[in-house]
Amino acid sequence: MKHKTFFWFVLPSSLAMLLFIAMPIVSVVIQSLYAAHEQVIVEVENCGPFGCTTSTSIDQEATEALRKAEPLGRFVGSEIYLNRGHLATADVAEAWRQSTGLADFMDRLLNLPFYGALAFTLTYTAVVTPFALLLGFVIALAVNTLPRLLRGPMIFFSLLPMIVTPLIGALILFWMIDARGILGSFLQYLAGDPDLSLKASTPLTWIMLIVYGIWSSAPFAFVVYYAGLQTVPQDTLESAMIDGASRFERIRYVVIPHLVPLTTFMVLIKIMDNFRIFEPIVSFNAEAHAQSLSFFIYSDLGGETRLLSSAAATSVLTIIGVSILLSPVVVRTWRDFGRK
Amino acid sequence: MLKKILMASAFVLGSAAVAQAGCGIAGGNVSIVGNEFPAIHSVVAAASECAGDGVTVKSNLTADHRKINVAGMSSTPPEYTSAIIANSSIVELINEDVIRPLDDLVAQYGQELSSNQLITVNGKIMAVAFMANAQHLVYRQDVLEEAGVDVPTSYEEVLAAAEIIRDKGIMQFPVGGAYAAGWNLAQEFVNMYIGFGGEFYKPGTAQVSINNEQGVAALEMMKALSEYMNPDFLTHDSNATSAEWEAGNVAMMNMWGSRIGVLQDAEGSSEDVYSNTLVSGPLTVGGGERPATTLWWDGFTIAKNASDEDAAATFQALVHGISPEMLNETTMPQAVWLIEGYEPAPVNEGVFASVAAGAVPYPMLPYQALLHAALGDNIADFLQGNEDAVKTLSDIEAAYSAAAREKGFLN
Repeated sequence: MKHKTFFWFVLPSSLAMLLFIAMPIVSVVIQSLYAAHEQVIVEVENCGPFGCTTSTSIDQEATEALRKAEPLGRFVGSEIYLNRGHLATADVAEAWRQSTGLADFMDRLLNLPFYGALAFTLTYTAVVTPFALLLGFVIALAVNTLPRLLRGPMIFFSLLPMIVTPLIGALILFWMIDARGILGSFLQYLAGDPDLSLKASTPLTWIMLIVYGIWSSAPFAFVVYYAGLQTVPQDTLESAMIDGASRFERIRYVVIPHLVPLTTFMVLIKIMDNFRIFEPIVSFNAEAHAQSLSFFIYSDLGGETRLLSSAAATSVLTIIGVSILLSPVVVRTWRDFGRK
Repeated sequence: MLKKILMASAFVLGSAAVAQAGCGIAGGNVSIVGNEFPAIHSVVAAASECAGDGVTVKSNLTADHRKINVAGMSSTPPEYTSAIIANSSIVELINEDVIRPLDDLVAQYGQELSSNQLITVNGKIMAVAFMANAQHLVYRQDVLEEAGVDVPTSYEEVLAAAEIIRDKGIMQFPVGGAYAAGWNLAQEFVNMYIGFGGEFYKPGTAQVSINNEQGVAALEMMKALSEYMNPDFLTHDSNATSAEWEAGNVAMMNMWGSRIGVLQDAEGSSEDVYSNTLVSGPLTVGGGERPATTLWWDGFTIAKNASDEDAAATFQALVHGISPEMLNETTMPQAVWLIEGYEPAPVNEGVFASVAAGAVPYPMLPYQALLHAALGDNIADFLQGNEDAVKTLSDIEAAYSAAAREKGFLN
């Protein structure tokens, strides 16, 4: 393609990306460096059906003047990033000084919201990504060996977890694993413990979220791998068969190498998705046991008092986190690309 | 033919509605955002009768109203000309300066309103209240009788009764409560802390001070109660707790007055449960005088950015929505109405008992929502046994202080 043609070809999508992706990120970064003005508080008397009380309120006229003078708020630089809700540098340093050992330090560190959330998010990403891909691959192999007649319905069934709206799928599972639900009662029966509750225990909640994550994202891997399996060169497979390769050896030495680029692509996508885990925490009401950076953004913005700067700082930290996680894969892809 | 008849009758009905419509409003747009429970539905339905004749009435009633009302009232013209709020959520609308004083509208169109409906902040009317609400004890008469205990008046008695009920094998988890991590859990702490006589802030400042004897006692009491709750209690909000009640699994709980009607009707539960569901007053704790509960009102506000015409139309429509005519057999027991002609029903006795017992209103402070959020995020750690009460309270104070510093309340 000529450079000029290429330019006009990508112009609309570049503009859209600039407008809807780059600009918001710039605005979020700017927002995260500013905080609300110092509030001018006045004492007021509030009256209502239950009588009058002396209370305080914000002096709107004085605040209005402050807002006019500096519409962005007051510049605080990295303060929001370093405060207790985010990187909590001062608290980490104090935990380090006061801790009696590494275990105690980790305990104190994970008590800080950001690091607690990071611990869950990284565990979730590290477990769900490989297992979802593996499960998807196994399903794809299995479906691929079925007679043609059965393949259509099986593909449909395998895709169901992805077709069901994530919130609904999670809610159904949430009710089933309730202490009085069908799965919850079954587990109590299996364990012989009538007080066993998945929702009351942190490790069990983590396992539940991880299982849900694998269940809901395996279909994506399945679809991509199934498509990939259709492109495996039949000649190579046949010659391997003639050479006496078993089914396992054919998969190991022919199919898997063929699917590596697809796997890289899916690892990239799934790491991004899993690092931003959000809906399961909401629909499983799991916030007491497991939190993620996305959940913090949601609660900052959804609280009665919105914490815009805090949400902006968490967003920037999420972007940085995703970039760090993706960097090994991206670097490798780049090297492979250069070698060719 | 049938279709024609239906259409004709619809037309006749429609024109009848138009003839009645307007409520004397000259014209304008009414758009209401608010929480979703039966009483508010009734108010908005009554206000919608004013539609027609140049007046449009729209509404968006959702449990997520707090997340959208500020943004929806900030633009000019605003998406919502009115937000229905409670005494906690009005604070954010005042903080963000998106609602207008109503003195002129009340003088012009609000003669019917009584003075105790007018919510004034610093002498200016900022909202018109139409109902009162409070949390109080709900109990199962049959279970308490079987256990041979009196109706508890304090949380200590609740614990004692729960122990007896469990010992006698009547119920494994006889206590209920909206202890879902987040807003509900924080609300229970606020109740308990007030019951122990605690003060949330250093006098005259935004500096939190809950890491004290009362704070520890409040947390310890919550933990003691949670031992008698369904182990999933940290995921149970008011809805889930009500469902547990209707399933007959709970014998005592602290619940919102506005939700009792649902527990006492025949829908969703068996006869031995709903016919034995009775209300009592609020509970005290630690021998305190002040009951461990807070008083609430619900009311409407008008957006500052609404045009004068829209503001007047919205005000008149909502005044119509809370006029004595809206009270009928269905709406009467839905709430403790602050409307003339309201007759208290047994279902509402708990709220009246709370007022009579000297319960205090939920604090209307500009930074209270930040503390409420910090409480909701951190108390679960203590109830799960991950850390001691003092550590949890200091975590809450630290989380609040970081947020308050960001919002400019502390420096």
